[in-house]
Amino acid sequence: MNFKAFIKKYTMVIALVVVFIFFSFLTGGKNLMAQNISNLVLQNAYVLVMACGMLLCILTGGNVDLSVGSTLCLSAALSAKILSLGAPAPVAIIASLGVGALIGVWQGYLIGYVHIPPFICTLGGMFLFRGFARVILDSRTISVSNDGFLKIFTSYITIPGLDTQNNCVSALILGIIVAILVVLITILRRASQKKNGYDVAPALGTYLRTGIIAILIVAYSFKLMQYKGIPVMLIWILLVVLIFAFLTSSTVFGRYFYAVGGNEKATKLSGIDPRKVYFRAYFWMSFLAAFSGLLMASRIGSVDGNMGNSFEMDAIASCFIGGASAYGGSGTVPGIMIGALLLGVINQGMSIFGLSDMWQYVVKGGVLLAAVVFDVVSNHKTGKS
Amino acid sequence: MADYILEMKNITKLYPGVKALDDVNLQVERGEIHALVGENGAGKSTLMNVLSGTIPFGEYTGDIIYNGEKCTFNNIHDSENKGIVIIHQELALIPELTIAENMFLGNERKNSIGKIDWARTYSEAQTQMQRVGLKEKSNVLIKDIGTGKQQLVEIAKALSKSVKLLILDEPTSSLNEEDSKMLLDMLLGFKKEGLTSIIITHKLNEVAYCADNITVLRDGATIETISNADHNIDEERIIKGMVGRELTNRFPSREHNVGNEVLFEAKNWTVYHPVYTEKCVDKNVSFKVHKGEIVGFSGLQGAGRTELAMSLFGRSYGSHISGQEFINGKEVHLKNEHDAIEHGLAYATEDRKVNGLVLSDSIAWNTTMAKMDKVSNKRGIINVAEENKAAEEYVKAMKTKTPSIQQAVGNLSGGNQQKVLLSKWMFAEPDVLILDEPTRGIDVGAKYEIYCIMNDMVAQGKAVVMISSELPELLGMCDRIYVMNEGEMVGEFTKEEATQEKIMSAILASDKQHQ
Repeated sequence: MNFKAFIKKYTMVIALVVVFIFFSFLTGGKNLMAQNISNLVLQNAYVLVMACGMLLCILTGGNVDLSVGSTLCLSAALSAKILSLGAPAPVAIIASLGVGALIGVWQGYLIGYVHIPPFICTLGGMFLFRGFARVILDSRTISVSNDGFLKIFTSYITIPGLDTQNNCVSALILGIIVAILVVLITILRRASQKKNGYDVAPALGTYLRTGIIAILIVAYSFKLMQYKGIPVMLIWILLVVLIFAFLTSSTVFGRYFYAVGGNEKATKLSGIDPRKVYFRAYFWMSFLAAFSGLLMASRIGSVDGNMGNSFEMDAIASCFIGGASAYGGSGTVPGIMIGALLLGVINQGMSIFGLSDMWQYVVKGGVLLAAVVFDVVSNHKTGKS
Repeated sequence: MADYILEMKNITKLYPGVKALDDVNLQVERGEIHALVGENGAGKSTLMNVLSGTIPFGEYTGDIIYNGEKCTFNNIHDSENKGIVIIHQELALIPELTIAENMFLGNERKNSIGKIDWARTYSEAQTQMQRVGLKEKSNVLIKDIGTGKQQLVEIAKALSKSVKLLILDEPTSSLNEEDSKMLLDMLLGFKKEGLTSIIITHKLNEVAYCADNITVLRDGATIETISNADHNIDEERIIKGMVGRELTNRFPSREHNVGNEVLFEAKNWTVYHPVYTEKCVDKNVSFKVHKGEIVGFSGLQGAGRTELAMSLFGRSYGSHISGQEFINGKEVHLKNEHDAIEHGLAYATEDRKVNGLVLSDSIAWNTTMAKMDKVSNKRGIINVAEENKAAEEYVKAMKTKTPSIQQAVGNLSGGNQQKVLLSKWMFAEPDVLILDEPTRGIDVGAKYEIYCIMNDMVAQGKAVVMISSELPELLGMCDRIYVMNEGEMVGEFTKEEATQEKIMSAILASDKQHQ
């Protein structure tokens, strides 16, 4: 790979690194503190999870789901209400996810089978579900204090005897194990590819990349060790992200999203039903939005009628910054995770630095535009249109 | 010395890594029709882009001398101002606007305060339309007229710009023989009025028919300019220049092993238009396809052949479909495209870019698309290594020219795209392969290879249905030819019986009956 191709492939990763270093200088290294590193992912939990679903919608042809902020609020409100009535945590969780699935079926059906334009359908949903959420909340704020519920989402993994508040050795141990596993899997996969006579990527690049990833995992777990240990929410997020990364890259289920977004007519004539593909995109989107509602309710500890306002835009922005095409048919989960983290790092950096909310909007908008313009221009130059 | 309206001298155009044009020379005499021929990727379109200013001055080297003066066009407006107008293969018309609006797009007829003068627009449009023999109202929407008429609109649009040098890129690629001839005759008429034209085409019979001089390009270089003053040049002579070797036979030979077994059959198949549901597009059509047979479907545009094929392919077209469909002797009721594929049918569409391929996806992804379960396990997890291996095999078997199977299909030339489309359907392992205009817009070499692939299919005991508007290839390839007109079956000829005249007269006879 030559220098140009390298830059093009890893543009957003490089941007993320540069922005991170920039804020380290600006904040005097405060964003490197263990607590801030640990919170970076947790603060952006909803973006990371919902971006996975939004990617599916965008893949089908640049369509978005505007209703997810409201769906998130409805799910959170429902859980908060049920918990406040004294029901146990599993009941609330199942009810919220059930409502998410129901919304998914509803919107997936309208968009896939009745051919309602996604923009309009989900715009309707945006009003509708926020309305329902406020009805449930009766326009008040309900606090979430069920211990069981909080434990499932917001606790930290600690092993008594081994871990203390600021020295959770278990986090580091787990991090090292994961890093070793990553390296091992890479080596084994390469070996098996070679044995079967398939083309393998150049050794140096592969091992360099794997090495860097392993080091980052260890470094991250080291920071987690210094602040309470591994958050359970991190595991939930990783679970969702890994599942969707796998689905989109390695399954027929995922391949169909790329096909429909690339050319719906050709896809249909190849024996694939585009209606099903649309249905699945909006179903999983709503389901993930409901799941994010649970994460948010537990993290904030209370739910009000404005929760999740404009969250859909964060998810959409992450996808586009992360390289998803506004016309559909291209984009990857790792890519949009980088996009989401980039937004997260900028937000957090500015907060620590003390910039006010209004400037954060300006910067967010600028980054989104810059990323998309860069993408379009660089594709134009290489002859893809 | 001849009077040249245009001389392009030593034109060289470099793209990163490729020399698209290498010291190309082109001389066009005033008032002639000049044909530019060459295989796909020979540099014809690039050369015309240089001439029209789409590739601006400075990005190429060499001189353009037009009407005796050296020109430096920076964009398409510069060349249009001088009277050079190019009509691209993919028509640049806006479906939702009227003929007149399209004709004066970017060149609107306005009054002194900038308001569009509609009366003048429509009447001037009507005048231009008369010149090209287009019998329509100028306020009809483009989407409501056929491709042939749209082509005429483009030409009328060029005439409205007081064109002196008209460039047509594959003007007849989507027209049937009758419409093509009309278009060429019109060009000959304009020639008499003094218009110079450059025509890029793959159809060599058209070149022989209308061109005065023929310039052959190959691999970005001028090979030769052949004079065709008496309009009866041997097509083989042109092919020799294009491919750099003699193609002794344009159609590969094969053993005709047609079995008695009927593989695919339709009885009294009737289809109505999906939107205008009272319009019948196919009426009581019956036909049979045997094992090991290549069956051709001939007819003019609008004969209902594509509609027939698509409605049989899992009802992907039409409404109120009735009739019986048999595969391997068993009657089937195909619910959708997937069902059709599972029953061993495949349909390769006539419009590979719009309906056939996912241009933004790789060759590998496109190849396996119609039969993903061959490269995935029961749980739907794709075996990427196996998928790539399969794609590699098909690239090799089809001789698809590409740097890698990860290449996006949109970056390939037309002929290679067609090969990927065929790969996709071969990968699905059909018993009956329906090919709709399989060689449209691709060069002689690639055509030959596609004919070979068809022969391989039938040699394996499968069957091929070939829909084509080019009679020579139907006559050259098929064991049997059905002739359709206006949604009805009007003739059937064996290989031995069939001639161009018989097929055309079958169509004409049925036309008379309709009147």
